[in-house]
Amino acid sequence: MTGLASADSIQHHISRRIESPRRRCERDFAWGVALGRLRQRGSAVTSERGTSTVEAPYPEAEDARLLASLRAGEESAFRELVTRHHGPLKRFALSCGASDALAEEVVQETWLAALEGLDQFEGRSSLRGWLFGIVKNLARKRAVREKRMVPLSSLAPESAEGPLVDPARFQGDDGCWPNHWAAPPRPWEDPERRLASLETREQLREAIATLPPRHRTVLALRDIEGLPPDEVCELLEISAENQRVLLHRGRSALRKRLEEYVDG
Amino acid sequence: MAEHHAHNGFEEVTCREFVELVTDYWDDALPVDQLELVEEHLVMCDWCKTYLDQMRVTVEETSQTVEPEPVPAATEEALLAAFHDWKERS
Repeated sequence: MTGLASADSIQHHISRRIESPRRRCERDFAWGVALGRLRQRGSAVTSERGTSTVEAPYPEAEDARLLASLRAGEESAFRELVTRHHGPLKRFALSCGASDALAEEVVQETWLAALEGLDQFEGRSSLRGWLFGIVKNLARKRAVREKRMVPLSSLAPESAEGPLVDPARFQGDDGCWPNHWAAPPRPWEDPERRLASLETREQLREAIATLPPRHRTVLALRDIEGLPPDEVCELLEISAENQRVLLHRGRSALRKRLEEYVDG
Repeated sequence: MAEHHAHNGFEEVTCREFVELVTDYWDDALPVDQLELVEEHLVMCDWCKTYLDQMRVTVEETSQTVEPEPVPAATEEALLAAFHDWKERS
């Protein structure tokens, strides 16, 4: 990767320039040259996504196998499906506004409805997405009766929401590299495996609990329950763009909390 | 969606814009021209690479925040009874 080496040296160059703004022209020139080189390399620009995309933690193939066994009438497959999906279904019922006791009931009714409707499930969505849809409808009916319903219209993002990262961490228009980092994030090197600690999880749990409900609902479905984006949109009746905005705001708030924790 | 700026004659995505685009980037929701600018930016900017990595760690850790929820015995019993009823009927 010769291109990267030159980019690194320019990066270093730029970092130094932040302290000596009078040499801005020289830096701008170097940045421009580097960008030009990248342009020439065209599609050779390395994608970060291959190593950075976070895959859904939920294995659908196992569901398909269990579902086939359930259709063949195997009790063990039904038991296993119930066990696998109990937590996610209950958490989703709770997020629809059900109380703990009501959520248990809704999950139970969901399985009854699923058994009755099994022939209609064609596998176009994931099994989990389908079950979540049943939970939503049941929780809605029941919660409306109890007036605990969280209206789905409250899931639209507010236009007046602020920036995701403190604007003071970026250089202003008079900076030598406007709108780039002034106080950049520091790598989480994690020598004590602090990030995998129980305390970190607790920090995250607290941060998730304090998210606005619409951010928390989308984040939980995507990053905890592992539903694909299109199924989240359908379930919550929101657009793909809204879904991404809400998810991104939630993720950004959690990153900020972890950064505060790790940087102490 | 953040707009990218022309800077010094070159279009670019700034760090301030990049932090808004991470989920769009992972979800393949960026238009091709903006995707190219984001990828170019990542090659140049170690700070945003660090930011991206922190977002990745955050998402991974988020998936680990829930504990397994055991099925209450009464629920399991009721469901198994319903299962046998369903099996007989179908």
